[in-house]
Amino acid sequence: MAAQDTTAGAQPIRLRAEGRRWGEDVVKGLLALCALVSVATTIGIIIALLEPSIEFFREVSIVDFFSGERWAPLFEPASFGVRPLLAGTFAVTFWACVVALPLGLGAAVYLSEYARPHVRNTLKPALEVLAGIPTVVFGFFALTFFTPLLQDFGIGVGIFNVLSAGLVMGVMLIPTVASISEDAMAAVPRELRDGAFGLGASKLQVATRIVIPAAVSGIVASYVLAISRAVGETMIVLIAAGGIAQLTADPREPAQTMTAFIGATGLGDVPTGSLEYKTIFAVGLSLFVITFFMNIISIRLVRKYREIYE
Amino acid sequence: MSAIPAPLGQRPRGDKVRGTIFYVLLLISVAVGFIVLFTLIVDVVQKGIGYIDPLFFTEPNNPTNPQEAGAKPAILGTIYLMVLLLMFVVPIGVGTAIYLEEYADRERWYNRLLELNIQNLAAVPSIVYGILGLAFLVRGLGLGRVLLAGALILTLLVLPTVIVASREAIRSVPDSIRQGAYALGATQWQVVRRQVLPAAIPGIATGSILALARAIGETAPLLLVGALTYVTVDPSLLGSFTALPVQIYQWIARPQEEFRYLAAAGIMVLLAILLTMNAFAIWLRNRYQRRW
Amino acid sequence: MPDMESAPAAPATIAGLDEKILTERREAVSRTRRDVLFDVDGLTVSYADVPALKNVSLEIYKNFLTAFIGPSGCGKSTFIRCFNRMNDLIPTASVEGKILYHGTDLYGHEVDSVEVRKRIGMVFQKPNPFPKSIYDNVAFGPRILGWKRELDDRVERALRNAALWDEVKNRLKSSAYGLSGGQQQRLCIARCLAVEPDVLLMDEPASALDPISTTAIEDLMHTLKRDYTIVIVTHNMQQAARVADMTAFFSVEVDEEQDRRTGILVEYDETPTIFTNPGDKRTEDYVTGRFG
Repeated sequence: MAAQDTTAGAQPIRLRAEGRRWGEDVVKGLLALCALVSVATTIGIIIALLEPSIEFFREVSIVDFFSGERWAPLFEPASFGVRPLLAGTFAVTFWACVVALPLGLGAAVYLSEYARPHVRNTLKPALEVLAGIPTVVFGFFALTFFTPLLQDFGIGVGIFNVLSAGLVMGVMLIPTVASISEDAMAAVPRELRDGAFGLGASKLQVATRIVIPAAVSGIVASYVLAISRAVGETMIVLIAAGGIAQLTADPREPAQTMTAFIGATGLGDVPTGSLEYKTIFAVGLSLFVITFFMNIISIRLVRKYREIYE
Repeated sequence: MSAIPAPLGQRPRGDKVRGTIFYVLLLISVAVGFIVLFTLIVDVVQKGIGYIDPLFFTEPNNPTNPQEAGAKPAILGTIYLMVLLLMFVVPIGVGTAIYLEEYADRERWYNRLLELNIQNLAAVPSIVYGILGLAFLVRGLGLGRVLLAGALILTLLVLPTVIVASREAIRSVPDSIRQGAYALGATQWQVVRRQVLPAAIPGIATGSILALARAIGETAPLLLVGALTYVTVDPSLLGSFTALPVQIYQWIARPQEEFRYLAAAGIMVLLAILLTMNAFAIWLRNRYQRRW
Repeated sequence: MPDMESAPAAPATIAGLDEKILTERREAVSRTRRDVLFDVDGLTVSYADVPALKNVSLEIYKNFLTAFIGPSGCGKSTFIRCFNRMNDLIPTASVEGKILYHGTDLYGHEVDSVEVRKRIGMVFQKPNPFPKSIYDNVAFGPRILGWKRELDDRVERALRNAALWDEVKNRLKSSAYGLSGGQQQRLCIARCLAVEPDVLLMDEPASALDPISTTAIEDLMHTLKRDYTIVIVTHNMQQAARVADMTAFFSVEVDEEQDRRTGILVEYDETPTIFTNPGDKRTEDYVTGRFG
């Protein structure tokens, strides 16, 4: 049947837009540009790290870099074995984990399984306060309070030492572990717990045998994230762990981490383009690669636990 | 005959003991953090309170005479950084969030990569951002160690945080509002600008302030990008600068004990600023949060 | 009345149906001349290439109130959303066929969906007022159209036409969320009216409301019919019988093999016919309550 437009005297119906609505395209373009800033940042980081590193590795062999045991870039003759820095990073991270991983998980279990709702609602944000304290403040605390404290307890630590920095860093990381682990545990459905309680299990058993296993990928994600943060943390180690790059297993000794080295060198006036200048980037690249892989793992794990329950 | 030996209503002693020990351990886990927090604050206040006086706020640093040293350029530097940061990071962060939530087609690979990229950037160590700034801004572009460089690098550092917070705020605006606006003949930008954004502002503001607070405490990138050891002049956009956390670090690094007290005073001021910002952000959220 | 008793194919009518209303409706409809406003030709809507609604053809007449009824899942909401191209907002949706509006195909290449929505308004099932004042809700449409002058008059006119003016005239600046459900829906109608559309689409406009508000909305539909063409979707058959001039009955075609359910148009006729003397057995089964 033919359509009759019998609206006599009506304006002709114009359903096309006046122009092409350029404004809309401009807006979308501008917004995409904003999004590109983050892309540019990543590209910038990669270029900034790679270029000088490549030049560095032309002068210093990669093998020497990763296998050498002496880090003395400013000495004559200079030595570029990065292992002491790696060892320093590992050592501090280790002690940080000794504190953060168990205590963070413990706090998470308490908040998730034991604490009453209003206790939880007060404690959780309070824990976040701990997370909000700047790292330079923790460094100050480690150097001026904790190290003397350890000395008073008879643990013969030096003024600058790995143990103090590591343990304080661990406390700083408790909220990170606690918050992500607690989210993961909260995502475990009630029914699982109820089933276990119904069989006569105690709270301890439900927490350790049901909830933690069910939330394990989230918990591991929190661990990986905490380790990543420990590896990348600068100020606490710069202030409290010292600036001597040495390979030592004794936490009472000072050590220098990758981050502390970068910080200390960057502060100084190293001539641009010199080999010492390029060490910043070579060490920085190693740091970036390590944390990058840990972040990928952590992101994957978080996605996994979210998928299971959502 | 029941296999349960003990009378009903009594759990085996071993069980109970274990349960109690476990509970105590958990409590300790929670307590440690708070004990450290408390101790830290008390220690800082004890050490620093003596050095908080008008002098502290009006004098620049004095590396030879701690009695006459103050934090004025450092405090000003932090404030200027905050202002610049606000100007840079909010538009870019919110713009990115709007793009991802309202315009981008999730199925496209480049948009997924964009999201992954932002997630990754959020976890890059802050000192790497310092390296970025050193390479491109200070030496590369030849800007030198100036306030602007510091502001730009801090912007990039907290950008992922602002993006995530803004996305949450935008996402929480119900779709029925958008549908109603579209049905009236609004274009996409009109819907975003006149309905979605206004409704999301409280969440965006809260997230931005919290991100800013985090940036204010950052020291590592600024060590590489700028703040110099001895700054007496007040900071200017293209001049040398210092910021409170950096000044604190420099005081800590000095051997004389009195500089430690100065550092503690600086920490008190820094924590006070952070506390104010966080409290403000929380008040904002409680006051303006909409329950849809 | 004799018609109904002697027709063996339609033994029972729906409970609660007032035969007097039906007769009045029949006489009114046959007196009015039919101007075609929408000519739907072979319309098929698919989501991700799976057809949800197949091959619909009918004509909507100017200044008539047309109702789409049918069981859930038969595609009536999908269909009504084709008239103002709201399905465009769903990325996986695709439309084949034509809808001619004043002779122009709504899905033609040069047609801009934003322009379409300015002329064809929509009211949703759950009232969705904007988080703004009553005044700003109604003024939103004119504002985005650039009608800045005489805004107060437009707002008042729209609210009067939606039978809401008297209830809100003293609190235009207060939040729209302070209104009751029925008032909110009338506000949404006023919001549509403010842009002076040709057509009002209503997707189950009263289903979220209490009976008294429902009656108010239905009375409003009667009044609005004089100046607008109205199309409604309703699952309430009594409502359709009360307000609609023409009624289209949709149903679901089940493909057991492919496990697919597709919506189809079964019958389209004057309301009294559909309810008392339907041509298709499926229609009869539905309206007499045998299924659906």
